[in-house]
Amino acid sequence: MDLSSINPILLLASLMVAATPLLLAAVGELVVEKAGVLNLGVEGMMITGAICGFAIAVNTGNPLLGVLAAAAGGAVLSLLFALLTQVALANQVASGLGLTLFGLGLSALIGQGYQGIRPPSFPRLNIPGLSDMPVLGRILFSHDLMVYLGLIIVTAVWFMLKYTRAGLILRAVGENHEAAHALGYKVVRIRMMAILFGGACAGMGGAYISLIRVPQWTEGMTAGIGWIALALVVFASWKPWRVLLGAYLFGGVTVIQLNLQAAGVAIPVEYLAMSPYLITILVLVIMSADKSSAPASLGRIFHASR
Amino acid sequence: MLKLEKRPQPSKAWVWLAPVVAVIATMIAGGALFALLGKDPLVAIRTIFWDPLFSEFAFFYRPQLLVKGAPLVLIAIGLSLGFRAGIWNIGAEGQYIVGALCGAGVGLAFYPMEGWFIFPLMVMAGALGGWAWAMIPAVLKVKFGTNEILVSLMLVYVAEQLLASMALGLMKNPEGFGFPGSRNLQQYPSAHNAELIAGSGMHWGVVAAMVAVIFAYVLMTRHILGFHIRLTGEAPRAARFAGVNPGRLVLICLGLAGALAGLAGMFEVSGPAGRVSIDFNVGYGFTAIIVAFLGRLHPLGILMAGLLMALTYIGGEIAQSRLGLPAAAIQMFQGMLLFFLLAVDVMTNYRLRLTWREVA
Repeated sequence: MDLSSINPILLLASLMVAATPLLLAAVGELVVEKAGVLNLGVEGMMITGAICGFAIAVNTGNPLLGVLAAAAGGAVLSLLFALLTQVALANQVASGLGLTLFGLGLSALIGQGYQGIRPPSFPRLNIPGLSDMPVLGRILFSHDLMVYLGLIIVTAVWFMLKYTRAGLILRAVGENHEAAHALGYKVVRIRMMAILFGGACAGMGGAYISLIRVPQWTEGMTAGIGWIALALVVFASWKPWRVLLGAYLFGGVTVIQLNLQAAGVAIPVEYLAMSPYLITILVLVIMSADKSSAPASLGRIFHASR
Repeated sequence: MLKLEKRPQPSKAWVWLAPVVAVIATMIAGGALFALLGKDPLVAIRTIFWDPLFSEFAFFYRPQLLVKGAPLVLIAIGLSLGFRAGIWNIGAEGQYIVGALCGAGVGLAFYPMEGWFIFPLMVMAGALGGWAWAMIPAVLKVKFGTNEILVSLMLVYVAEQLLASMALGLMKNPEGFGFPGSRNLQQYPSAHNAELIAGSGMHWGVVAAMVAVIFAYVLMTRHILGFHIRLTGEAPRAARFAGVNPGRLVLICLGLAGALAGLAGMFEVSGPAGRVSIDFNVGYGFTAIIVAFLGRLHPLGILMAGLLMALTYIGGEIAQSRLGLPAAAIQMFQGMLLFFLLAVDVMTNYRLRLTWREVA
């Protein structure tokens, strides 16, 4: 075992990369849950985004188009969930599970011809001056655009929820849909939009894994990151800044675990690979004491009877 | 414009009509999907639903119906108890793996001794293993209020890593020339879950599934516990007033589901699969969720849904080899079935009305 082979600067830099898919998916799901909808299909939307983005990026040679396609793919899949839960008034837990199962099958089907191909590489940001700074430059300022896009989305969501009228309405719908309906807000329409936003974010998160982080396509490659993103929203007590904190924490666990594997620690690889999931459970246990911050209408079906 | 109006009582007719409509809708949508993939939709649908039962080679496929249906029914019965009470155990796949590991572990520990008591011990170990794995989310839920959906699912990934570690390490066949995977239990008579009637596909897991169906039916319709489960699902507040202890219900529902999933895994590893290998689990734990819903969370419905789902597995394999239909297509087909069911289910609780004025 040789721990000195782990470079702390590279470790922190790869932490930001590892956290980005989680961050994107979790912040999307946060908006969905703030609107009072529990979408358990994050994993399915992520994997669908991963293959849509991969396929378009490979066929057009343009990774940015791939990311757009991933967002579209995730949003289209989430539209299925929106129709089921908002129009057909189906159970949200069951529909979300169905979405994940369906998304895993759909992505495997689309992805058949794409195994073993390398996608076009993503442009890295290179700001003269900032990117060349000794330590911070490598950690903060020499990533691909998606890392910063994730941060921008988190900031925008935080601002929108806290300071804008749209954010207030979204929260009202999530807290008490009957009252919001009585005030004349279109509950179903607002929730539909939130679900689509969540789908697009999850899709981009998936594309980040297949286009940048791995970068390759294999079946079921998201390996539970969508579920960890769901746990992250609980961890964050439905607050955008804490989603950021949580994503970096989980990204850190993943990166350290991978680095320990590479450094040849005496613990078998399988037990190291378990650690992100076990830590997720541990965090859930700690955080679940406080349920007060959950949106009050979360997971409840809304039917306008009057 | 069309408007939904809540029915005072769920429609009895639609409860059972919905799965039938969903299956037909899935066949149509699936046919369209197969047509998109460049296959003749009618041939594909016939290959999946008709050939395993009635073609000239059906004698070969029919036993598979029981082999594939038994674990699905066993797991789905357990899941349905919790789903009825609003307790969402979606980590049956993990409980299935751990049950198989415990069962196989006991069997392998006795190798090469022969004895009548080995198989019953393995059955108990399998059930206990699945039970213990399900107790983790259950206890965390009762003690700390942790979300059982996320915890049980996280434990699937943990169980998969455990399986890999066992297949590569502790349970690896010492005479296996270094290949991963355990000894083949099919060649160890005391631990082999053999066919009870040769060529029928009938093994102890099928018997257990039948017993589970009857047990669940009696529990849900005749026993006070079944009443408490239904009451908690339909009116949690009323259940609280009636003196139902929600924590106890969580422990019982998750525990039973885990034990049944563990049994399913144990019967699979000692029978059809034969050994602990990295790719031992094939997603029965997740498909069983579809089975439970398709069977309307009712034991008899689950029995039929389990057989139907087993049929799509077998038909899917035939279509794969004969028509070159990708394996993923059938997985998507199963997901589609759940979607259509959930969509059609709106008719159970609501009816359509024509209105003139839009309601905000």
